Amino acid sequence: MTTDRRTPLDAVHDALGATMTDFAGWRMPLRYGSERDEHTAVRTTAGLFDLTHMGEIEVTGPDAARALDHALVGFVSKIGVDRARYTMICTEEGGIVDDLIVYRLGDEHFVVVANASNADVVAGSLKYRSENFDAVVRDASEEYTLLAVQGPASTEIVGSLTDADLPALKYYAILRTEVAGVPVLLARTGYTGEDGFELFAAPDDAVALWEALLAAGKPHGLVPAGLSCRDTLRLEAGMPLYGHELTRDTSPYEANLGRVVRLDKPEDFVGRDALAAAQEDVRRTLVGLTSPGKRVPRAGYPVVDAETGERVGEVTSGAPSPTLGVPIAMAYVASERAEPGTRLAVDIRGKAEPVEVVALPFYKRA
Amino acid sequence: MNPEDLKYTKDHEWVRSLDGRRVAIGITDFAQKQLGDVVYVELPSVDDRREASEPFGSVESVKAVTEVYMPLTGTIAAVNTDLDDSPENVNTDPYGDGWMIEVTLAEGENMTNLLTAHEYDEYIKAESAD
Repeated sequence: MTTDRRTPLDAVHDALGATMTDFAGWRMPLRYGSERDEHTAVRTTAGLFDLTHMGEIEVTGPDAARALDHALVGFVSKIGVDRARYTMICTEEGGIVDDLIVYRLGDEHFVVVANASNADVVAGSLKYRSENFDAVVRDASEEYTLLAVQGPASTEIVGSLTDADLPALKYYAILRTEVAGVPVLLARTGYTGEDGFELFAAPDDAVALWEALLAAGKPHGLVPAGLSCRDTLRLEAGMPLYGHELTRDTSPYEANLGRVVRLDKPEDFVGRDALAAAQEDVRRTLVGLTSPGKRVPRAGYPVVDAETGERVGEVTSGAPSPTLGVPIAMAYVASERAEPGTRLAVDIRGKAEPVEVVALPFYKRA
Repeated sequence: MNPEDLKYTKDHEWVRSLDGRRVAIGITDFAQKQLGDVVYVELPSVDDRREASEPFGSVESVKAVTEVYMPLTGTIAAVNTDLDDSPENVNTDPYGDGWMIEVTLAEGENMTNLLTAHEYDEYIKAESAD
């Protein structure tokens, strides 16, 4: 894949000395300096992320809510105006196409945020699945830049730049306001396990908004933060990532996300029958693993029985945890091996390293 | 940018000539920047013999694990055990405290085919431009 898409902050990242990486065709900051320092800043003060690569799809019209009820596994018509929900789009066979956040901006107005690598696919599926509804699906990704301020100092930092009542803005709520004089959709959402905000703004305002947040945040310890620490933050928080924990070959039940599938919705939705069956047949389960050693279980490594070496699963994500100081991983294992406390091993490049199944998340904020 | 008195490989290792048949080996500043924060360095045992281009260990960073390769054939004469407690030395001082192994070169082995600092600079410039 070629890296031909650049965020409006491309030159800003270069000026900050970022190491850039290709992500789903976008040139994105991987880290600015030490990714562990960036990780720690988000856990203790705050980090500023450029997430412009995420896809934004607008769904509008009298039947917008019903169309999304049909297209997605969640009960979208139950979402209150100015609220958001974590949900998924599944295949007819019950596999996961993507995980999504759906924001309801009005009775007939939704913004669906999809992963960068899936934005086109999700937009296409939503269009296809909405054909019989009075609703319009439009890929609006080009109209939004997305910044995130994440970490315990986020409220103070964003609060210093806006008149909005931030303490009243609940987790998974959204409002239209101005931050640093820039019109934004301000949401209390994130992917780090910390309190924080995501700010949707016009691409032309991206640099002004970034600079204002960086300046207001500096006295509080805010640093620019790249995709590398975003990955370790979400892993510690036990949050799944499309392409790793979530794929078309996994069901939400295997991923411990059965709660987002609303089989109790009154109307039919894509994947319903397959998902109802999948709920009764969960042969493998997503678990957390920790290792007492130093070698890190990485995505794709086999999980094996500690005694016999029999293969019982596969690692989906792994990293040295900056917060816990030990290697952590998520893995799918045979469901009878998923109980916390179970002792297993991971085949790390030919050598079985002992690991223990632990409850997710690895990290929960105080 | 890279020390003039060292030799280099396209796998981003450096080689320093010590006394006689002995050399020290580590990874370059370019390599450590690409890897990001190093959290663990896995090294061979002293007296192991390794062929040129064979892996002699691996470097775990936050993002990934990368193998490191023997620039030349020889026998491991020493390993930098300080990296057990201070793997970050690979990031902070790649040509000094971040050294990884010392090797006694095999008979007939020599450094003439390795890259000079200038050749290595040109190589990584071309690689970064991709």
